[in-house]
Amino acid sequence: MTGKLNLDPALVARARELARLAGQPVTDLARTHTTVSVERAVLRLAGLDGADGDGMPWVNRLTDAVRESVGLEHGVALPVWDAMLTGGYPDLRTLAVDAASGLVKFRLPMAADADAARESAARSVRRGIRMIDQRRAERDSMVAATSDPPVPWIYLIVATGDIYEDIPQAQAAAREGADVIAVIRSTGQSLLDYVPEGATREGYAGTYTTQENFRLMRGALDDVSRELGRYVRLTNYASGLCMPEIAALAGLERLDMMLNDCMYGIIFRDINPVRTFIDQRFSRQVHARAGIVINTGEDNYLTTADAVDAAHTVVVSQLLNEYFGREAGLTDAQLGLGHAFEINPEVPDSFLLELAHAQLIRELFPDAPLKYMPPTKHMTGNVFAGYLLDAFFNLAGVMTGQSILLIGMMTEGIHTPFLSDRDLALENVRYVRRAAGRLGESFRPEPDGFVADRARQVLGEAIGLLRTIGSQGLLNAIAEGTFGVTKRPADGGRGLDGVVKQADGYCNPAVEILEPGS
Amino acid sequence: MSMTGTQGAQGFVRPYGDTTGDGRVQVSFTLPVPFGDEAERARAEGAALQLAGKMGLDPAMVVHAKGMGPDFTFFIVYGRVSHLVDLDAVTVAEREFPVLPAAEVNLRIRSALGRKLVVVGACIGTDAHTVGIDAILNVKGHAGEKGLEYYREIRVVNMGAQVAVDDLVARAAAENADAVLVSQVVTQRDAHLSNTRELSAAFRSAFGPQRPLLVVGGPRFDPGAAHDLGVDKIFGRGTTPGEVASYLAHALAAEKGAT
Repeated sequence: MTGKLNLDPALVARARELARLAGQPVTDLARTHTTVSVERAVLRLAGLDGADGDGMPWVNRLTDAVRESVGLEHGVALPVWDAMLTGGYPDLRTLAVDAASGLVKFRLPMAADADAARESAARSVRRGIRMIDQRRAERDSMVAATSDPPVPWIYLIVATGDIYEDIPQAQAAAREGADVIAVIRSTGQSLLDYVPEGATREGYAGTYTTQENFRLMRGALDDVSRELGRYVRLTNYASGLCMPEIAALAGLERLDMMLNDCMYGIIFRDINPVRTFIDQRFSRQVHARAGIVINTGEDNYLTTADAVDAAHTVVVSQLLNEYFGREAGLTDAQLGLGHAFEINPEVPDSFLLELAHAQLIRELFPDAPLKYMPPTKHMTGNVFAGYLLDAFFNLAGVMTGQSILLIGMMTEGIHTPFLSDRDLALENVRYVRRAAGRLGESFRPEPDGFVADRARQVLGEAIGLLRTIGSQGLLNAIAEGTFGVTKRPADGGRGLDGVVKQADGYCNPAVEILEPGS
Repeated sequence: MSMTGTQGAQGFVRPYGDTTGDGRVQVSFTLPVPFGDEAERARAEGAALQLAGKMGLDPAMVVHAKGMGPDFTFFIVYGRVSHLVDLDAVTVAEREFPVLPAAEVNLRIRSALGRKLVVVGACIGTDAHTVGIDAILNVKGHAGEKGLEYYREIRVVNMGAQVAVDDLVARAAAENADAVLVSQVVTQRDAHLSNTRELSAAFRSAFGPQRPLLVVGGPRFDPGAAHDLGVDKIFGRGTTPGEVASYLAHALAAEKGAT
């Protein structure tokens, strides 16, 4: 594919190299540390589910019990499976119940005992990984049996708080043309240090992410996929304090895409940076195995910062997300890098600027299924003007070959979308696709015109910022408020107490399977 | 605060379509009725006209009807309303303070307090939407206006999202806060109202009458409900940092001699 913007390939390669240099120290940090959520994800992959009478998951109870008695420096696997073997426990649940009552004396097994525990843990975790592999194969056969919709995929959000209301709404949206259904999470779930259990009917501005809710919705979308002869994908959110566990559950229940940004939790949810980087690496290793497409959250930067001034921070974040994603084993086809149409419509040439940004990102990441987000910041309540702005967003999306279009609602910011808002939004995008779906092939910006110049300018600014980040260190850059205008120091935010430095002999059977090259 | 603003007796008006007094309006809505065969379509349009009539549209005309899935129909209706608007009976909440430039706000604070004015901000309860509070507090600001961090004479402590009310009270005490700003976006089951009541009760019991100024903001608040919720001021949708800064100057750093 030849570019339309005359980007200098050497400059593009330089940008990637700078992103690698900036990200490498953080990767080293993630390789040498673990978190409570990584350890709980190991237990989930080994089949431990359910919760105690207070709704606290058994994976939390067991991990906490291990941490209290022997610490997590060596991981949960050795002490847990040692206790299974020496205590003659039939399953993890029984052990967790006893451990929660203080009836289990954990130890760090040595020599032959350690080998036995390690082998037993690996066997259990391998069953979970095999289940994820089966789910991935199941997706392939579902797509083959139905069909894979052409890009851009139409991405619609459902968010009632009640999974049993979400299901008919999601099915209705699929029938109206949605290719991807995202179930927005309950506000604040990202700051829960556990994953709730079971089917849930109450949420705030969204529906809780639980394994059972995943299963129910995927089943309902399978039904509607067969009905329509088109595979309808399901998306949820991994970001937050439980990224690793939610990634595991997504793999086990055949989610198709997951919001998973390397920095979103830090910037927008004030989660500790170190915790986030460790968790995102493990979660992406699981996504890579599950064939899940991640969606990154760069659109968010433009909701707090100005979309013109901060355009290059989006590119920088995408390059970092690409580096971290590839490092964790994701293919380019799994990198749903995000960006957004958020320039103030009062700015002269705003549409040309949007085209420049969107085309730049398309050319920087030619094989990534880019996710393009609609205007939100400048939706004023004038629903008629908003409908027009959404049409221009859809047009920019088809002209620049975006892969996933999140469908804009003209009532953005007024209320959760009415049924009719969604219907009108789909009518909008269907019209634009029908009328101008092939406009991209005839869109040739002048090599030295406004659009190409602007794209090169943004790339240049991105390289400048990557140099600064490289010289001061990514964690310091985040602390200084480089992204999204918010300052997030490495020792601040939530979840730092769940970070543990690995000791020699740390054992994590999931990482041993998932680590690239293993 | 004055609740009734009269703009002089202006009498009665009707909506304006293209002629004075024609009373023409447009509404759109969805009814849970099918729009399939001819009989269903006729029935759906009849249902829409019945609703329009009950809403006071007479005559009404369904200009657009579209089935959405098997069970719903969307309508756009034009009609003439018979209602009159009595301009003399209109009540508006008037702004009780002037909006000042940043330099003027700084000057007032300096001369009235002789020190920086301390603001502690947070999103409380389960609300993780910091966009609102950040737009008011961050230097970057909102709607072309710089946030409160930009004001030389205001010291900002932004506690971020999902702050427990007790933590907010403790921090406000530790920082000697003059004002506490709380943003509430989530409104499901009126969470914003119950959270605000919890906030005002906690500050009342911790500080007594000497509590910091309590300011609440969010898109779904009724700006007239401050008294009922036990806070000093409520800002609604579209509030800019300059308005908040001006209010703080008005409430905490009044000009000498001003009432």
